[in-house]
Amino acid sequence: MSVIAATPIVPASERRLSNRTSLVQTLQNTLTMAYRGLVKIRRTPEQLVDVTVQPIIFTLMFAFLFGGAIAGNVQSYLPVLIPGILVQTVITTSVVTGTQLREDMDKGVFDRFRSLPIARIAPLSGALLADTVRYAIATTLTFVMGVVMGYHPAGGFWNVVLAGILVIACSWAISWIFAFFGVIARTAGSVQGISMLVLFPLTFFSNAFVDPSTMPDWLQWFVNINPVSHLVTAVREIANNGAITGDVWMSLLGAAVIVAVFAPLTVRAYMRKA
Amino acid sequence: MTSSTEWAVEADSLVKVFGSNRAVDGVDLRVATGTVYGVLGPNGAGKTTTINMLATLLRPDGGSARVFGHDVVRVPQVVRQLIGVTGQFASVDETLSATENLMIFGRLLGLSRADAKAKSTDLLERFGLAEAARRPLKNFSGGMRRRLDLAASLIAQPPLIFLDEPTTGLDPRTRGQMWDTVRELVATGSTVVLTTQYLDEADQLADRIAVIDRGKVVAEGTADELKSSVGTSSLILRLVDAADTADALRAIERVLGVTGTLSPEASRITAPMADADRVAELLITLRDEGIHLDEMSVQKPTLDEVFLTITGHDAADQVDTAQKEEVRA
Repeated sequence: MSVIAATPIVPASERRLSNRTSLVQTLQNTLTMAYRGLVKIRRTPEQLVDVTVQPIIFTLMFAFLFGGAIAGNVQSYLPVLIPGILVQTVITTSVVTGTQLREDMDKGVFDRFRSLPIARIAPLSGALLADTVRYAIATTLTFVMGVVMGYHPAGGFWNVVLAGILVIACSWAISWIFAFFGVIARTAGSVQGISMLVLFPLTFFSNAFVDPSTMPDWLQWFVNINPVSHLVTAVREIANNGAITGDVWMSLLGAAVIVAVFAPLTVRAYMRKA
Repeated sequence: MTSSTEWAVEADSLVKVFGSNRAVDGVDLRVATGTVYGVLGPNGAGKTTTINMLATLLRPDGGSARVFGHDVVRVPQVVRQLIGVTGQFASVDETLSATENLMIFGRLLGLSRADAKAKSTDLLERFGLAEAARRPLKNFSGGMRRRLDLAASLIAQPPLIFLDEPTTGLDPRTRGQMWDTVRELVATGSTVVLTTQYLDEADQLADRIAVIDRGKVVAEGTADELKSSVGTSSLILRLVDAADTADALRAIERVLGVTGTLSPEASRITAPMADADRVAELLITLRDEGIHLDEMSVQKPTLDEVFLTITGHDAADQVDTAQKEEVRA
């Protein structure tokens, strides 16, 4: 530890200072924080277990468990199941975003982020952005698993890619809900707990695995307004028929509403938390 | 220059309440630009809470504070552009390497990729971390982490640096290095506010010291002022022959008119020295009586004694409040 900066410090009175953070700076800060998230994923690849193992196991399990009963055989169940399981898997993965954010925030480095003149939202938005890589892995593996089992998406390769992007974008939006729990909860374990309470009704009370026409009326009502159902239908239409239906716009609208509500809530809670 | 720019830090009756605990209970501070200011106090006295409010990490419940004239509550983002904070617990990323840490902080502060790279290489070299630059921090020693932490605070070359207990838990050699670094920072024009529970650290580094106890500033001034406020210096004698001790004590009582005390190791005699003129007489008396001295020195009161006198209790007996503060943190 020898001579510190030979260059003298610029006095406070001679600096140009602003109390506002520009949109450009917000984006730059977010990208830097996302880069940090990616380096962390590279350093601890074991945290990718959930996005690699879950798509494989869930796809196998649901296909063979329900295939015969619901669609007569596994083969004809796959066009219904793969989009459903895709949405369910990726949304489940976004819960981990919340728990990891909680663990991350317990570390000292977040104190430094809060003392830096950066956009307040950047540590959160960066972490969430980096996690889209995890959703992309889960999406790819689910489709690959489906194809291996005999799924032929009639929409073709590019429509499958488009469907994947839609799922990733909507999951990113939904991850703000879990990020909010991550910020307000005291421990990573409780984030997991609260998130599951939201996650299970949202993904299972949908058309992800079965046709809702056999359900009681009150449940059908919920299933039909559930944004997850719209997302599942949108993915099915794109991947299986190459058709972009109104469900795509409904899903995107739902996603936008979630971000509009939960992003400000999360940032406010994050700022208030010491 | 207006008065608001001469002061790096101005705090007026800052208050922070955690539940029923008034962690900071009306703290006033004035830190002049270009100086080292020591905030001294035991664990749980409210030092970290005070720093956190000044560094915009905590919102004050009462009072106000300005950094170079900028209000910490009204324009926090301006204040953040003027400060570097090195916390009690290293605020760096465990999973990343030292270079990656500094790169990310540099990029966040608006440096280009090339500038951030150059800056982190430069800082790592200066802090003796160049060899470990690529290794993950998991294998770093406490001292290395602390140095990296300080390096991270210096990327933007802020004019004001907060160091919260910079040497707690460091070995004496690393502590000495940290002290040198602080002195070098001030030489380049930085202002440093450091908290410490080590009285000798404040004595060594700080131009002025505020003694904090139970959320209040109980004394403020230079180290010498604080020491002289406690009173007289002491005369310390060590005898060649311990058998002479009783005679020496009697001589002290007769010549100086005070009672000397025997140190616990029984090898030293300490006597309050109210009148320096009479020490010569005492020495002559001792020589005449054939009592030989091994060593003689005059000691000013230590800050430990200052603390004891001002607060009426030891620096160590605040464990209860300390634990409360840790729960918050």
